Amino acid sequence: MQTSPLWRRTVAALAAVALAGGLAACSSSTSPNNSGSASGTFTVWDPYPQFDDASAWVQLLKKCGTDAGVTVKRTAFDTTDLTGKVLLAAQQGNAPDVLIVDNPVVSTLAEGGVLTSTDDNKIDTSSFLPNLLGAGQSGGKTYGVPIGANTLALYYNKQVLTDAAVDPSAIKDWPSLTAALAKVKAAGKKGITFSAIGTEEGTFQALPWFWGAGAKLTQLDSPQAVAALSLWVDWLKQGYAPNSVINNTQTTSWQEFATGQYAFAENGTWQLGNAKKAGFEYGILAIPAQNGGTAPAPTGGEFVTVPVQKQTARYGTTQKLVSCLASPDNLYATDTTLSYVAPVKSVQDKQITANPELKVWVDAVAVAKGRTGENLGTKYPKISEPLWTAVQGALSGARTPQAALSAAQQTASSATR
Amino acid sequence: MRSTPPPAPPRRHGPAGRWRVQAAAWGFCAPLAAYLFLFYAYPLYRNLDLSLRDYTVRSFVQGGAPFSGLANYRKVTSDPTFLPALGHTVLFTVASIAVQFGFGMALAVFFHRHFRLSTILRALFLVPWLLPLIVSASTWSWMLNSESGVVNSVLHGLGIAGVHWLTSPGWSLASVTLANIWIGIPFNLVILHSGLQAIPADINEAAALDGATGWQVFRFITFPLLRPVSAITLLLGLIYTLKVFDIIWVMTRGGPSDSSTTFATWSYRLGFGNLLPAFGPGAAVGNLLILVALVLGLLYIRVQHRQDAA
Repeated sequence: MQTSPLWRRTVAALAAVALAGGLAACSSSTSPNNSGSASGTFTVWDPYPQFDDASAWVQLLKKCGTDAGVTVKRTAFDTTDLTGKVLLAAQQGNAPDVLIVDNPVVSTLAEGGVLTSTDDNKIDTSSFLPNLLGAGQSGGKTYGVPIGANTLALYYNKQVLTDAAVDPSAIKDWPSLTAALAKVKAAGKKGITFSAIGTEEGTFQALPWFWGAGAKLTQLDSPQAVAALSLWVDWLKQGYAPNSVINNTQTTSWQEFATGQYAFAENGTWQLGNAKKAGFEYGILAIPAQNGGTAPAPTGGEFVTVPVQKQTARYGTTQKLVSCLASPDNLYATDTTLSYVAPVKSVQDKQITANPELKVWVDAVAVAKGRTGENLGTKYPKISEPLWTAVQGALSGARTPQAALSAAQQTASSATR
Repeated sequence: MRSTPPPAPPRRHGPAGRWRVQAAAWGFCAPLAAYLFLFYAYPLYRNLDLSLRDYTVRSFVQGGAPFSGLANYRKVTSDPTFLPALGHTVLFTVASIAVQFGFGMALAVFFHRHFRLSTILRALFLVPWLLPLIVSASTWSWMLNSESGVVNSVLHGLGIAGVHWLTSPGWSLASVTLANIWIGIPFNLVILHSGLQAIPADINEAAALDGATGWQVFRFITFPLLRPVSAITLLLGLIYTLKVFDIIWVMTRGGPSDSSTTFATWSYRLGFGNLLPAFGPGAAVGNLLILVALVLGLLYIRVQHRQDAA
């Protein structure tokens, strides 16, 4: 060591230090999963890592590929990772042929020039419900079709409510809901669980209350918004909701509800399958607005989109693939697997016929609002992050609801200016 | 491989011979140089470039983002998250390393005595190292859950009020640091233990004959002789801890309200954790992290240089 020249040691130090840069270096690496050059292979990226190769979803992808005369290579990503991965792939010119992506991201990807519109990919959108298709529209163009829709409602545990002498049909607004929670707590059970984690999921779960108070995403610090956040903060202070909601994903929140100790859980359509397995009687209630009526919940669910390719000749086959995935029969199968509400009226009717308890969800989806609606489009992500940060700040007691939301509005307005 | 070695060592290199030796030397160097360039220099350059441009979603994909100088760095350093994240990074790193090293050293000395079962016990101590980080972090986050976690139920059993380990701004950083310490101890243990084995046993024997107590042996013999090993353990630990991301992200997502955000999680959140990635500022934070590690790395080389010279 003593005799090695300084430069060699400097190189060694740089190499060691580059280890620390591993994370940062990620941002310029390309995805190895997609070769794109093989003409007989079409790549599909989806945010459903819960499905393995034996699942009905992957089998459907393979079958649609075979019908179109190509091989489908499918890669699943965690939904929070997908946007970044797609942007990087698009930058390197190897985006997948078919991309299934969370609906609020579509307008952002379209703005980035990553997605083809229906003008180019010739996908037929006529059968899809307009309020669901809206999340994929921007500047008068449509950038994909919904694979299914979901939204939020309140699941309740019938036994817990009976024991606490709460009549679920009497819950019409926030005061009656809070009163029910108080009764449940007095009866020795836990009130309500939801997800207020510091990611998009947290905003998704906060929106029915936010919108139910009459607040708007363009004004995060309005008195209505403060009222909505104060409702949650108050629930935590009173012990009606557990402190763990601050770190709950919608999955961990569901796990809390599944213990049978909770009266209510704010959760989505996709938990229906798990609800049946929970081992107790459950019911579903629309989320009430502050002063009565149903609060508009945000629409969730993914879009099937077609990223821009260098070889435009690929779009013909891609269109066949997407049409296959979006055909009524396959939508029915997929939405049944995902426990989503179909985006097409005829398939919704078929779903209700097969399973009447879906009616409450179909009705909820009909009045639900897209997050990127009200002309927010690509501004939505810049509003959503300050909002979930404010929710976290207020629930953890770091700030008052008013202070947290004022700071959020400041961040959002400077980011969207 | 194509160049054949000279048949016999020439007594004097002619100009051509010297060139051939030089070329061969460079040839042997080339794979390493190419590797360093491809996997270190180029990514670092790209990251630097990323941090010096004003990227929107469109310009990230289509190219042509305007050069914006240090705007991203100014944006990042004036961000309200900057100072807390810096403080958390320092606290997290220093606390993790100090405790890990302390425990690692104590355990290494302990296991150096070779008693019965010492090998099995030492192997057990390696478990945290062998587990995938995501498993360790998920387990910690489950144990520390304020509602159903085992830690709080033990506290309740002892009549102590539970703590919101992961969901209160006052505790979240301590909780992730605790988990990181647990994961880091085996690394310190292994390196220091192998360092101990390199110390000749007769030195210890000689000290014992001179009547040195156990503490004196450690203080005046073991510890000074372990200094080079300690230095490399600390430096590697430092670099490793600065970039810890998985544990924090899984346990708290850097929250609540940034109370456990470090530079590593902040960089990720800027670049990947949002619907709308901010690659430029994300890369800027990443580069600040690299800069810190670089300074520490150079410091280490300097210290070692001085030690070697002495």
